[in-house]
Amino acid sequence: MTLFHLQDVQFLDVLHVDELTIERGKTTCIVGTSGAGKSTLVRLLNRMNPLTSGTITYEGVDLETIDPVALRRDVVMLAQTPLLFKGTVEENVQKGVQFAEKEEKTKEEIARALETVSLAIDGATDVAKLSGGEKQRVALARVLLMDPNVYLLDEPTSALDPGTEEEVMRAFLEETKRRQQTVLIITHSRDVAEQFADRIITVEKGRIVHD
Amino acid sequence: MIDIELWRMLAAYGFVVLVLFIFQWRGIARKTQLIVATLRMTIQLMIAGYVLAYIFEHPHPLVVVGVVLGMVAFAIGTIYRRLDGPLSLRLKRVIALSMASGSILALVYFLGVVLHVTPWFEPRYVLPIAGMMIGNAMTGVTLGMQSLMTAMDESRDTIEGSLMLGATPERAVKPYVDRAFDAAVLPTLNSFIGMGIVFLPGLMTGQIIAGANPVTAIQYQIVTMLGVLGGVAMSVILATQLGYRTYFSKDARLLRPDER
Repeated sequence: MTLFHLQDVQFLDVLHVDELTIERGKTTCIVGTSGAGKSTLVRLLNRMNPLTSGTITYEGVDLETIDPVALRRDVVMLAQTPLLFKGTVEENVQKGVQFAEKEEKTKEEIARALETVSLAIDGATDVAKLSGGEKQRVALARVLLMDPNVYLLDEPTSALDPGTEEEVMRAFLEETKRRQQTVLIITHSRDVAEQFADRIITVEKGRIVHD
Repeated sequence: MIDIELWRMLAAYGFVVLVLFIFQWRGIARKTQLIVATLRMTIQLMIAGYVLAYIFEHPHPLVVVGVVLGMVAFAIGTIYRRLDGPLSLRLKRVIALSMASGSILALVYFLGVVLHVTPWFEPRYVLPIAGMMIGNAMTGVTLGMQSLMTAMDESRDTIEGSLMLGATPERAVKPYVDRAFDAAVLPTLNSFIGMGIVFLPGLMTGQIIAGANPVTAIQYQIVTMLGVLGGVAMSVILATQLGYRTYFSKDARLLRPDER
């Protein structure tokens, strides 16, 4: 079933998409060189970038008519640099549900999410003590706890070594499949794309060149 | 009160000559600046003195209101000049609106309720108090806006990252808006603490020299300080609350600098 549909979409002179459909419940990887327009494309889906022309629908509804804040609680995006606030791991993973004005998560739920992203640390750990890869996984656990319809993940595992990256992505995507959620991943890693994606989209110079 | 004779008045400029000598001796290139500043101060105050004397002798509500509005306009212009970085038209409007409504509302309350001045436009009370309240609100708004503008530029990634997680713009910038308010009000709070111990403020000094009972002078000083705090707080809360909105589009996006 169609979740997103893009028709004659243009963003400034940066991105042009004639037509693109994203199916519900699938994992789609977006690959391409840096500056090709991958992030630009994804940011159109949560209205972080305004359309210059064209139309995008989400669940059949014109995106422009959906309240942007409500949309972003349904279509959650993980920024490329992990967003961490001063405090503990637990306080940080709670930030997502707090921002989205949802109920806070229990210690058990947090522990389970941290386990899914292969993070064997205590919730009371200060995030300042974490490595780059650990910070990325805290950010990933946070969006998992938000339990949205759609995940837009911008290079979610770029700081991890290939072995850990595979382990984390496998567990994360098993969980999202179980929940029948849709995932879009921007990745530099062809391996990740080929191993986990139901579909791979290649973006080059602001256009979709391979689908 | 002692009337200062002309030659004694000139004797006070001896202090300027002393500083000029120090500049010359230490090779500090500030002599022209000091001379210009001294001349400006002298001329501006002389003009102000004659203008005030005229207004006090011929009090008229329109003139008093005109002078107060002139002070507000001057304060707004000063804020624009003092702030670093480009100011969007929207932000300029917010600053003008908050500065004018915040300080004037506080002034009206102060004159009407606290001092209960009659007639309401009595320039002897209205003008000095308006000057203090508007001047302090100006400093507060400058500090608050500088803090907010810096944070909004330096924290783009954090703000956008929060929006992507479903935060409202208000929630995403809350720490920066709160910090800006704090930065603006803190100097006024700190001035409360040293008051009467470290220094006797200008208003009180003036009244005491003019022969007022120190206890009366202190009463005036206390209520004026409180009024100043109110004027600062009202202008700054308006400026920060309306100011952060100029950084967002209607569809809750953080605007690029060229879009503001």
